[in-house]
Amino acid sequence: MSEHIVPIRVYITIFLILLVGTTLTVLAAFQDFTYHVRGREIALNAVIALTIAVTKATFVVLYFMHVRYSSRLVWVVVTSALFWMAIMFALTLADYWTRGWLPVGY
Amino acid sequence: MIDEAFELPRPSKVNYINAQYGLKSWLLTRDHKRIALLYLGSITFFFFIGGLYAMMIRLELLTPQGDLFHSTTYNKVFTQHGILMVFFFLIPSIPATLGNFLVPMMIGAKDLAFPRINLLSWYIYMLGGLITIYALLAGGVDTGWTFYAPFSTTFSNSYVVAAGLGIFVNGFSSILTGLNFIVTIHTMRAPGMTWFRLPLFIWAQYATSLVMILGTPVIAITVLLLAFERVAHVGIFDPALGGDPILFQHLFWFYSHPAVYIMVLPSMGVVSELIANFSRKNIFGYKFVAFSSLAIAVFGFLVWGHHMFVTSQSVYAGMIFSFLSFAVAIPSAVKVFNWTATLYKSSISYDTPMLYGLGFIGLFTIGGMTGLFLAALAVDVHLTDTYFVVAHFHYIMVGGALMGYLGGLHYWLPKISGRMYPEGWGRFSALVIFVGFNLTFLPQFVAGYMGMPRRYHAYPPEFQVFNVLSSAGASILGFGMLIPAIYFVWSMRYGKHAEANPWHLPGLEWRTQSPPPTENFETTPIVTWEAYEFAPPGETEVIGKFAGELETA
Amino acid sequence: MSHAVTKEVHHHPALQHHFEDMDQQREAGTLGMWVFLVTEIMFFGGMFLAYTLYRSTYPFAFASASNHLDITLGAVNTGVLILSSFTMAMSVYFTQIGKSRPQILCLVITLVLGLTFLGIKAVEYKSKYDDSLFPGRLIPNRPFGPTVAQHGDSDPHKLHLLGNATVKQVELFYWIYFAMTGMHALHMIIGAGLLTFLLYGSIKERYGPEYYSPVEVIGLYWHFVDIVWIFLFPLLYLLGRHFEHG
Repeated sequence: MSEHIVPIRVYITIFLILLVGTTLTVLAAFQDFTYHVRGREIALNAVIALTIAVTKATFVVLYFMHVRYSSRLVWVVVTSALFWMAIMFALTLADYWTRGWLPVGY
Repeated sequence: MIDEAFELPRPSKVNYINAQYGLKSWLLTRDHKRIALLYLGSITFFFFIGGLYAMMIRLELLTPQGDLFHSTTYNKVFTQHGILMVFFFLIPSIPATLGNFLVPMMIGAKDLAFPRINLLSWYIYMLGGLITIYALLAGGVDTGWTFYAPFSTTFSNSYVVAAGLGIFVNGFSSILTGLNFIVTIHTMRAPGMTWFRLPLFIWAQYATSLVMILGTPVIAITVLLLAFERVAHVGIFDPALGGDPILFQHLFWFYSHPAVYIMVLPSMGVVSELIANFSRKNIFGYKFVAFSSLAIAVFGFLVWGHHMFVTSQSVYAGMIFSFLSFAVAIPSAVKVFNWTATLYKSSISYDTPMLYGLGFIGLFTIGGMTGLFLAALAVDVHLTDTYFVVAHFHYIMVGGALMGYLGGLHYWLPKISGRMYPEGWGRFSALVIFVGFNLTFLPQFVAGYMGMPRRYHAYPPEFQVFNVLSSAGASILGFGMLIPAIYFVWSMRYGKHAEANPWHLPGLEWRTQSPPPTENFETTPIVTWEAYEFAPPGETEVIGKFAGELETA
Repeated sequence: MSHAVTKEVHHHPALQHHFEDMDQQREAGTLGMWVFLVTEIMFFGGMFLAYTLYRSTYPFAFASASNHLDITLGAVNTGVLILSSFTMAMSVYFTQIGKSRPQILCLVITLVLGLTFLGIKAVEYKSKYDDSLFPGRLIPNRPFGPTVAQHGDSDPHKLHLLGNATVKQVELFYWIYFAMTGMHALHMIIGAGLLTFLLYGSIKERYGPEYYSPVEVIGLYWHFVDIVWIFLFPLLYLLGRHFEHG
């Protein structure tokens, strides 16, 4: 486990980035990012909000939680958790989002 | 060291059992070995009660009519059998007893990484058990151990919230145990103990701990939401109020399928130890077996939808889950092949632990292959919710996991207690258990295939012959399991004294006295040998004062 | 046979007997907290999954309900938590360089900010109670029953339904809202307790450059709770704001 001490200016920078991100996400929420592409509606508000949230979370994880300066094991642990949550989402949604497809008898 | 004249060990030498006396020294212990024994006692207690429920089931099913219990009562009986056996016996069994005892010893550490959390996990287990017992005594729960909504949330008049709370609390015990093992195995291995020198039991415990960590929190939130729904009537899982009962099943099975790997992986780890050690041969394909444990842990998370083939789950998702369910059988098969290859041209001794190990291989194979029947979508439509399923999982849980547990208890009893069990009785009871087990569950495959549904207290008369055979087998099985219960207790006082390495094996746990001192090893071992490196007797170094007690015959 | 290891090492008073040295102890502690956070991610993940499913099934109901939440309080709370994460990280920093007064100060500020968050949450919950928005019969005397605003009525206490949303569907949003923010608040309370424990130890001067692991590890927990809120805020509060002008 590294003894690396993160300098104060890094913490301050990350803090400011997080505040900017919060402001951005609030402002973006009031804009309507719905686009009409080839007859279908693509609603991007949720995507934008989640992108900002993921970015903020990444900064917290890397710098506030020191993962940037940690061993590979810690990095593997963090990614595994996210990967497992992704499995839970992916396979469950694989059920829900394919239910309306071609009828197959039942 | 071997030159020192030795005396036969006397019970008065200091070990973890006699290091301190008094109830407080046990209830406030931080010693992983004592905590393992605390768990052993409580787990055996819950197993016994779960077994009583099983006896009630088999008694009712002797006759086609529902004459022993009212249907709701019968629902409570099989529900409680399931809850106690799954959550309070199978899931903690090997990790909390054998795992707690052996993980530090096998890696050369003095204790687990977090001894106080280890003790806390036992208290949490007891608390969960108490809450569940309250639920049983107050009136029971009748939803099936699967708690399907909306029956459990809206229509059941039983103690669902209390039982759910007991399971919720118990889950933390599981999480803390898994956490402890993962950190310990990563950070506290003795010098020279590289990953690929670890005994396969450790690999299996590690894989199990991964499943505990990643899966148990999901059952925790599921049970909480279930309780929330039952108390507040919001409609989370109730279709009448806009909710989705299949969501409950997704969340429930996301944990409960990997849970069955929590139940069987440690047992596979034990079997690897038994097969290699009792055939005096290095396990065939060590790395394959090690990685197969990890593969089972990972793949086990991808298959939960196979419990939901006949719900309104999308048929496309069903196909994915079916394919993945076939895939998850592969690493298990790798293990079975490697164990068999280990036995080939080896020097097998048919001691009791080996009998359990061999039994595991055969019975687990049957259980696993019948799982493939169930993984096939079309076949499952016919077999789901029949006794075929019941037989399938009992072959794995009892024929597999329980056999591994019993084999491990026998194998490590001398290390844990300093006493040997009576070998003749050991072999006899292993055979009785094997015969009783097969007589109980083999007829259930046929009954289920022919259409007998599960969870019914009354059935059409054409199934009676299978049920009578099954109940007869259950009595033999019950009798068979009483015998070790008796002679284990008997051997505490009258069993032959065991030396440090009574089986003459190379594992690190055998290189310290039996029972071990509190700190496990008198000096930190430096590991210079590979796993399962069988050396001629006399050349295995024992660490500590009693080095000389190794027989040189 | 001589007794055990004979290294002449001055053992730090906080070294536990089963570890070889402080480095191993710290490594184990940090890894342990990360493994625990994995369980927390999976725990909250289940609720995020439920949210995703119900939101995609009832988008207008969720937007309507979300708009009814107080965005100012939500945004302020987000700022409060982010600041508290900063001060928590600073507290670890000061422990690592051995400056005990700033370390304690940063811990105090973190704790105060955490309690502020909880206070603002309480205000929000109170307003939900007033508007009868607690789902189902969670509050037995006050079942779910908000007043629906008619067209043109801009009373903020009334529920403004968008699209084809129904009150029943809005109730589903609220169970998710209370389950997730309630669970989050519970974790904050536990975090506040942990911070108090740390404060006590810091005043007793237990922590310093050789032994800062507890501060670091509790910091990890605190940052995690912050991260959960970073996701909760947009998902719960900002869903339907772009409909407000529509």
